[in-house]
Amino acid sequence: MKTFAEQFLDQARTVTRDLRHRGLIQTALRKYEVQRDRRKGAFQSWPDARQAAAETKWDAINHLDAYLDEFAQKLAARGTKVHWATTAPQARDIILGIVREKKARSIIKSKAMTAEEIHLNDALEKAGYEVVESDLGEFIVQLRHEAPYHIVFPAMHLTRDEISDLFQRELGSAPTREPEELTMIARRALRKKYITADIGITGANFAVAETGMISITENEGNARLTAALPKTMITLVGIEKVLPRLEDLALFLPMLATAGAGQSITCYNSQYGGPRQPGEADGPDEYHVVLLDNRRTELLADAEQRDALHCIRCGACLNVCPIFRNVGGHTYGTTYSGPIGSVITPHLRGLQEWKHLSSASSLCGACTETCPVKIDLHHHLLHNRRNSATAQPSELERLAYRLFAFIVNRPALYQFAKEVARLTQPLHNLVKGTRLDPARAWTQTRELAPVAEESFKEWWRNRL
Amino acid sequence: MKVTLFIPCFVDALFPRVGISMVQILERLGHRVECPEEIACCGQPAFNSGYWDESRAVAGNVLQRLKDAEAVVVASGSCGAMLKVFYPELFGKTAQAEDAKALSSRTWEFSDFLVSRLGVTDLGARFPAKVTFHDGCHGLRELGIKKSPRALLSKVRDLELIEMQDAETCCGFGGTFAAKFSAISTAMGDVKCASAAETNAEYIVSNDSSCLMHVQGLLSRQGRPMKTIHLAEVLASQ
Repeated sequence: MKTFAEQFLDQARTVTRDLRHRGLIQTALRKYEVQRDRRKGAFQSWPDARQAAAETKWDAINHLDAYLDEFAQKLAARGTKVHWATTAPQARDIILGIVREKKARSIIKSKAMTAEEIHLNDALEKAGYEVVESDLGEFIVQLRHEAPYHIVFPAMHLTRDEISDLFQRELGSAPTREPEELTMIARRALRKKYITADIGITGANFAVAETGMISITENEGNARLTAALPKTMITLVGIEKVLPRLEDLALFLPMLATAGAGQSITCYNSQYGGPRQPGEADGPDEYHVVLLDNRRTELLADAEQRDALHCIRCGACLNVCPIFRNVGGHTYGTTYSGPIGSVITPHLRGLQEWKHLSSASSLCGACTETCPVKIDLHHHLLHNRRNSATAQPSELERLAYRLFAFIVNRPALYQFAKEVARLTQPLHNLVKGTRLDPARAWTQTRELAPVAEESFKEWWRNRL
Repeated sequence: MKVTLFIPCFVDALFPRVGISMVQILERLGHRVECPEEIACCGQPAFNSGYWDESRAVAGNVLQRLKDAEAVVVASGSCGAMLKVFYPELFGKTAQAEDAKALSSRTWEFSDFLVSRLGVTDLGARFPAKVTFHDGCHGLRELGIKKSPRALLSKVRDLELIEMQDAETCCGFGGTFAAKFSAISTAMGDVKCASAAETNAEYIVSNDSSCLMHVQGLLSRQGRPMKTIHLAEVLASQ
């Protein structure tokens, strides 16, 4: 069994060589950048908006206990059953328990990364229930038995032709290249499922403490149907999604749409706060909200990296990340990919098993620059590297850095090392790029810069 | 002014022309330049790999030697960021915390020193070529340097600057990342080279030799005609 790090490296080698993939993703994300910049221009001041959002999330996360209590109480007051899940198995059990109690047969689901995180669909299917994803992108990757490629654009790695082929194969539809027609094919398949589903499961983009309501942002209306039609509604939400006040949405809804998809606002923004109340025309008979910890509180306990809980899952850091753009979403092998995934996965799933994601970064900082809630993403990658090396150092690497320090701090030794490098250079040329080459990781694809005949310091000494 | 020039190890051994150009430019402007023999590296490789104790062994020496320097000019945006941004964090809870903060406030990246500290943009340089500029990430995002190199290039005679799409996208070097994740680093470099090639420029100019070492390595291996050159070498051309 290969380690997660080995799987990552293997997959990265394959995907980076796939020029078709590279072209597809670069083109899609360049288009996104143009749209995003246009929408950012609609804010009076994008930097001020980011600052305000960061401060609001700081308040929410640093007073999470109080806000969560408020949120839960307000929800419960309208007859919602609120469940607290410390771990992923607990969350699965709670949801399975509701499904069993309702004697449900089919379940319709709108997009929820938390459900991916706890592998909810697997658990439900293994227990014999049919689960259908209603978000178009999620519907497509579900038909392919694949994880979402991107937290916001689950099927961005696929072309229209590939989707058409998939629909022909799985749904028996006629081939088409028209996006509208492809959407209609999915819609026809999904409409039946909404009507027959006993249970609707959703995620949440925000949890508003003041009103005790969850806020869902979407472009297709599928979450509204998922919430409105089945008799029982379940929402699975990470505890970090809390916002203190209703008015915070006035900032966060346009910000999420801008940073996430280059939209001024998403087509549908709905809030749900309970089952159908007396006198109301629609809504579920029963509403359950499952609050998921799943080691988020460990991140909360880490004062240095706590701001990673500010994340609103907009995906902006993935979109600008040159690593993500080249290795693609599936290579990470995690629910949350890209920079935010590399920061939080070691906390959620184990530092030593996932530390390679923090090393797989050039630390360019494009993520931190773009993050709408100002998470110090690339510096947290450095912190993860430090924490993992402190807890479990590689003796060889540590020795190398000690030796390096010993040499560079001693001018005579450093000069000697340069001379050795200069003299052995012709020898290196003999093995360059072969298995005997100690610099193979570099020279397989790149030339090495030659050691200068006269180094700067030699020049400097000679002129004095 | 007395300027202490910090020439990082790879510039010293592989790209001495970059340091020599800086000395020439600063001396032509009438400043006294010194290059301490005792410092060779800023300690960033160990720092970025998570070995902060080992990094402090190198960085502590730098702190000590540069204690009395009036202005420290670093010949790389990346090493400059190490001194200016990361030393205060690296020494945050040690006895040298104050020294690190003091050094940070006296440290400059070369192009920014010329423009923001000395207020000079026209160095009387001439470089007859079409060039495109690559923003090294550490200089750009840790130090916030975007305008200074362009202000300097705009005054170079016979030079035409053509901005590439994604000038701010990382070239894929990233220090040990380039070796540990060679395939990703190479793919990022390919994307960068393709962006640069679209401009039809003859040179990729940058204020960081580390990026250029990687990009030039790819260009040479692939037999592409485009060349790389450090900003200081362009500015020292007459």
